[in-house]
Amino acid sequence: MVHLTAEEKSLISSMWGKVNVDEVGGEALGRLLIVYPWTQRFFDSFGDLSTPDAVMSNAKVKAHGKKVLNSFSDGLKNLDNLKGTFAKLSELHCDKLHVDPENFKLLGNVLVCVLARHFGREFTPLAQAAYQKVVAGVANALAHKYH
Amino acid sequence: MVLSPADKTNIKSTWDKIGGHAGDYGGEALDRTFQSFPTTKTYFPHFDLSPGSAQVKAHGKKVADALTTAVAHLDDLPGALSALSDLHAYKLRVDPVNFKLLSHCLLVTLACHHPTEFTPAVHASLDKFFAAVSTVLTSKYR
Repeated sequence: MVHLTAEEKSLISSMWGKVNVDEVGGEALGRLLIVYPWTQRFFDSFGDLSTPDAVMSNAKVKAHGKKVLNSFSDGLKNLDNLKGTFAKLSELHCDKLHVDPENFKLLGNVLVCVLARHFGREFTPLAQAAYQKVVAGVANALAHKYH
Repeated sequence: MVLSPADKTNIKSTWDKIGGHAGDYGGEALDRTFQSFPTTKTYFPHFDLSPGSAQVKAHGKKVADALTTAVAHLDDLPGALSALSDLHAYKLRVDPVNFKLLSHCLLVTLACHHPTEFTPAVHASLDKFFAAVSTVLTSKYR
């Protein structure tokens, strides 16, 4: 369970309302693949990931980033039951995709950096702290069904 | 992990752009670290950690100055940071996990203040730089 104060919940939803989820998804996934290139291991079928420009303009990266972040968005609507919300996806990531849960933490932190970039000073230490709780909660929920 | 020539260029140009704000950013990064990762506060029981604390600002400037030294000696980080490495190993003994937390908050601070410069390539170079500094600072731990 993620424990958020009323102020934190309010910060999270008011900021998320201003996020272009599709674009931010693509940017976050792209940056993950660039900053932590070993994460490319899951995306052999995505084509050219050889340079930062290639990654950021890759259509498959953008599409997948959009998918991932829309899913994360669902999580934000169910902060009191992240484990339930992500149960099926957790099983998928373990049994079919074989993704080390460490990657969820990496993506979560990259997402925080992207939000910081978009919101600038508005992304106060308090806002960051709220989002860190959320990304940690989502990462834990996605790892919950691993065996 | 080795800093490539491109990484070094990215790091130096970022530091040039930061200019005189490095000290402020250091303080802000510490603030962010304490707020997002409360366990990090255990290393500062002797500090006032409330927002705007003069002690945090002063300490942030210290951290920033050390990073500025590191930027000036990217070809010899172990040499340039040797005294700090000793300090962290024998006196401060900050658990290695915390360097990642502060590094992340340094990235967030820079992303907030320099969104245009914080391209994916620069983001990658800075992450590597902070990791390299962290490695040096924990290199004598055991």
